[in-house]
This record gives sequence, structure tokens and C-alpha cells, in this order.
Amino acid sequence: MLHIKDLHASVEDKDILKGINLDVKPGEVHAIMGPNGSGKSTLAAVVAGKEEFEITKGDVELDGEDISELDPEERAHKGVFLSFQYPVEIPGVSVTNFIKTAINETRKAKGQEDMPAGEMLKMIKQKADLLEIDRKFLSRSLNEGFSGGEKKRNEIFQMAMMEPKLAILDETDSGLDIDALKIVANGVNKLKSNDNAVIVITHYQRLLDYIVPDFVHVLMDGKIVKSGSKELAYELEEKGYDWIKEELV
Amino acid sequence: MSLKEKLLSSYIAFEDHLEADSPLHDLRTQAIKTFENLGFPTKKEEAWKYTSLNKITKEDYSLSPKKVSALDFKDVKQYFLYDVDTYKIVFVDGVYSSFLSETTHDGIDVCLLSAALSKDKYKPVIEAYFNKVAKDDSLTALNTAFAKEGAYIHIPKHKEVEKPIEIINFSTGSEASLMLQPRNLIVVGENAQVQIIERHQSLSKNPVLTNSVTEIFADKRGYVDYYKIQNDNTEASLIDHTFIDQERDSICKVHTFSFGGKLTRNNLNFYQRGEHCDSVLNGITILEGKQHVDHNTLVHHIAPNCESHQDYKGIFDDNATGVFNGKVYVEKEAQKLDAFQQNNNILISDKATINAKPQLEIFADDVRCSHGCTIGQLDEEALFYLRSRGIGQKEARALLMYAFANNVLESVKIPELKKRINKLIAQKIGVSLGFDL
Repeated sequence: MLHIKDLHASVEDKDILKGINLDVKPGEVHAIMGPNGSGKSTLAAVVAGKEEFEITKGDVELDGEDISELDPEERAHKGVFLSFQYPVEIPGVSVTNFIKTAINETRKAKGQEDMPAGEMLKMIKQKADLLEIDRKFLSRSLNEGFSGGEKKRNEIFQMAMMEPKLAILDETDSGLDIDALKIVANGVNKLKSNDNAVIVITHYQRLLDYIVPDFVHVLMDGKIVKSGSKELAYELEEKGYDWIKEELV
Repeated sequence: MSLKEKLLSSYIAFEDHLEADSPLHDLRTQAIKTFENLGFPTKKEEAWKYTSLNKITKEDYSLSPKKVSALDFKDVKQYFLYDVDTYKIVFVDGVYSSFLSETTHDGIDVCLLSAALSKDKYKPVIEAYFNKVAKDDSLTALNTAFAKEGAYIHIPKHKEVEKPIEIINFSTGSEASLMLQPRNLIVVGENAQVQIIERHQSLSKNPVLTNSVTEIFADKRGYVDYYKIQNDNTEASLIDHTFIDQERDSICKVHTFSFGGKLTRNNLNFYQRGEHCDSVLNGITILEGKQHVDHNTLVHHIAPNCESHQDYKGIFDDNATGVFNGKVYVEKEAQKLDAFQQNNNILISDKATINAKPQLEIFADDVRCSHGCTIGQLDEEALFYLRSRGIGQKEARALLMYAFANNVLESVKIPELKKRINKLIAQKIGVSLGFDL
């Protein structure tokens, strides 16, 4: 599904990604772990199409198609979804209006009619229930005054509504207490199928108890330096990252 | 002949047509002298530093239309709030159109200033209020000298007007270029309520210059909700002077929506004379091309325990220029005041300009006054967030602009008007989004 080959990216002439290789197949869950500043969020943003980053070398393919030149909205239309580490507050636009716009703009791009209002409402209700989101919450301004946990839950709610092919969860666990973490993880697991894939970016192994990865990758200094099974996450939790550095030397 | 000379000489002919014993005779004579002495304001004056009248006063305006033009309702329907019942006072090239208007004398007076100035029964009101709050700056004086037509609205005490009143000034282009000077007088009695919508609309590409004066008086516990819709074409200029006189416990709100016009100058002056007054000044400005809007506001706090709230949002594209010159003046007696002023601007293009100048003059020592002013671009991070959800760049920008203007739009209390303004904003931004905010 996602095929990243020798990806180099920089911002303001500073190299951040220095040759990433990653293959994600339908039905898989990949975890990307690594110390602060290793390039995890950059990788997520580059795949989602943030223009601030310049791809200096390498390919990003989705289902065999190079997406590295596409606009962020075009990538979203093709099924890429990024759950933001820091979702932006947009006062004056309600969660409901925002998600309606996102879905209908995506449908429009695919040459489809707007989703009928009744169907939309039903879907909103269903997905809100899945994530145990209060209806009142949906009429509030997008992320404005939301707690950290509410913001993250709202991200997963959007994911549930957009039904992406590839979801990248950028530190979705940060700011979540254990109950919220379980709800979010449960939501993600319910949305998981053999046709879609999830990349989980996290510092901590905690989330991976609930969203169980098929593969764990360690990102350091812009490169994936080690890959393994979910046991690697436990090892990292226990021993930190220094031992990998030593291994590399 | 310069426009000033033309105005001065036409005044002589204008005065000849009026009865010499008109109670306004002395007032007019004084006013034209003021204009003669001061002339059109220039950029040398602090209050006009960023707005030049030089170009628009070069035009050879006709000062009164030679023929009366009729308009079909269907052709101008779009400028009315046609889905809701309203009172209407409509002028076509400065001349009252009884055909398009819907006036009343049933419990309230919604009619013409010309009638109020000439009929005896209105005399006490005219004597008590006409030109009583208007300043004597040169352009207000010029309007006073020529004042003969406009809206006259008198709401007696305890009367709540059940439908909005629309004041619309059309110009048809029957003259190659036209100068209009409407004069409105609005008197709202104790505990009375009214909603008013004012609009100036040019229907041709011929130049129009409107020098408008509106005086509003709100008695004790009076409530005035006033909307100015400025969405004129690029050859129409408007210099508006609105003076609001508030007695104790009154609430007056003016919402200014500036979406178009060659040059628009809004002089908005509030005077709070009694305790517990509340003044609200809201504005959304969305400009493109070479349009220019200048908001010049004054809230003069005279009495204690009052409030004022100013919130102006501006979005400027292309070579558009904006000015926000907001002054809050607090007299020594105006203690326990809560005054708030906010002006936020977004510059879409590199060539757009905004000059913002908040001014606070405070002579009381126990007040809360705050002001904030921002000038910026659309937030790139927010744009990326929206686009990553499949919303195209243009729509994402529009959504952010909507969101930016939203809290001002929230204050529109006439649902149909809110819907219309929403639509105008969408049109301005060039998108249609599937919802109203």
C-alpha cells in the first residue's frame, strides 16, 4: 500500500529525513518509535504532504502511484489520513460543519454527490458513539478549548468519518489518560480491516498494548535503524534507545 | 470650477427654493460657512491621514438629478430583505420613491425627513433633535447645509418595532456622475426598540459620491440595532457620518459590513450621556482590487458605569487598503467603565495595506480599557490541517476567513440578514461552502 524508498526531506536546508525505507501492506499495523527529534513527526507530515518540507530524494508511493508531488488534499482524497500531534484550534467552525465539509469536499473530488444529510447524521452519531463522544461536543468550535484528550479523540473521530486507507497516528497517545487511551485504541481497532493500514508514531510502548503492531521500527537521526516485531517495543521501553546507538557504532 | 466652488454656488440656488422663514435657515447658513472655511478635508489632517478625497472630488458631479428615474421592484429586489416583511424608505437618485417604499404612521413614524421638516406636527421633534448631535466638521456641515431629504424615524416610548426598517439609497446612473447627501434622523424613545438596515447602492458604473449624515437618539433604556451594508460597485464612494446620542441604560449597536465601493469612509461617533449605557461597534471588511475603506470610530464616555465594545475584522486582498482609527475617549466622570476595542486584520496579498491606529484617551482613574490589534496572514498550520482533511486550498482559505469573521457575524440578530451576509461573504471569497456558520 505505502512504499517509501530512500526518502530524504529537509526544512530550510536542514536535512531531517536521511533515507527512509518503509513498506506497509494492507491490513498491517506499523509502529514507529524513536527519541525526540529523530524525525518521526516529519515523516508523518511529509507523507501527508506538508509543503514546508522539501523532498530532496526518494519516493513515496501509495498503491503504486507516486504521491510526493500531490497537494495535501489530493492525498487525503486518495485515502491518506494524519492524526495530528497538535490539532489546530479553529474558532468559529463547529466539529460537525468541519467534518461535513471534509467529507463532501472529498466526495466532490471523486466526482460523487454530497452525502445525503440523513446519512451523514447517522454516520456522525454512530462514529461519535464508537468513540464515546458527547453530542454537545460536536457543535463546539473545532478544537477550541478542547482538553488534550478531547483533541485526540476528535482526531480519531475524524478518522472514523473519513475512513482512510492509510492512517498515520502522530503521538495520539500523548495527553490521554488511560481510559481515554483505551477508548481511542478501541476505536482504531474497530476501524481496522484487511484493506486499510495504520502507522502509529509513539514514544511509549503503552499505546501498543492496545493497538498491537505487526512491526516496530526505530527511527534515529532521520533513518530507520532497526525493525522488529512488537517485542522490540517492550525492549525499548525497558532499555531506552542508547543500546541501539551502541549497536550501530 | 472645483467641487467646492460648485457646491457653494449651487447652495445659493438651493436656499432660494426654500422658504426664508424655515427654522433651519440659520443653521444652513452657518453650516455652509463652516464648509466654506474648512473645505474638503486633506491628508494633512490627522483624521484623514490615510484617506485622500483628492481623486473623488475631481469629478464633475451633478448635485441634483435632472430627471426622476423609476425602478422596477424586480430589478432591485436583491437589495432588499425580500423574504421578510420590512418597512422601507427608498430613495432613487436622492428622490423619494413611494412606489418602492413602505412607510408608516401607525404608532411609529417611518417616513421622510422632507415631510418632517415641513409639517408643524413634527416641529417639536425637529427642534429637539435635528443637528443636535452632529458635529460641525466640514463634511457634516456640508450635509447640513443641503439637508432636505432622508429617512425620518420616530419610535415613541415603550414601542417595540416588530419588523426591521430598511433605508436604501439607489443611484441609477441617469446622470454622468452624481453627488448625494442624504440626511437621516432617528429618534428612539424611552424603552423603545428598533432594528434598522441602511444601504447605498449604485446601479450603474457612473461615479457616485454620497455624503451621508445620520443622527440617532436613544432615550433611557432605548435599544437600537443598526446594520450598514456596504457592498457597492467600484465607482461608488461613500462618506458616512453617524452620530449616536445615548441616554442612561440604552443599548446601541452598529454593525458595518464593508464589502465593496471605491472609497468608503465610516465616521461613527457614540456619545454616552447617562449611566449604564452600552455601545457596540462591529465591523467586517472584505476588500479586493483597489478598494479603500476607512473606519473612524469614536466612543465618548461621559457618564460612569458604562460599557463599549468594538470588534472590527478586516480581510484585504489585491491592492485594497484599509484604515482603522478607533478612539475611546473617557471623561473624568466616566468611572467604572469597561471599554474594549479589538481590530484584527488579514492581508491576503503582498500589496494590500492596513493602517490601524487605536487611541485611548482616559481621564478617569477607575476604568477598564483594553485594546488589541493584529495584522497577519492566514495560519499556514491551520491551512495544512484543513487540507489534510481533503478540503481544497481555496475552500480551506475560505473556511479560515469565515471562521475569522464569525464572531462578528454572530452578532447579527436578524436571521435573514445573517443568511444574506453569509452569502455575500462566500461570494466575496469566491466559494460556496455547504453550510452557514
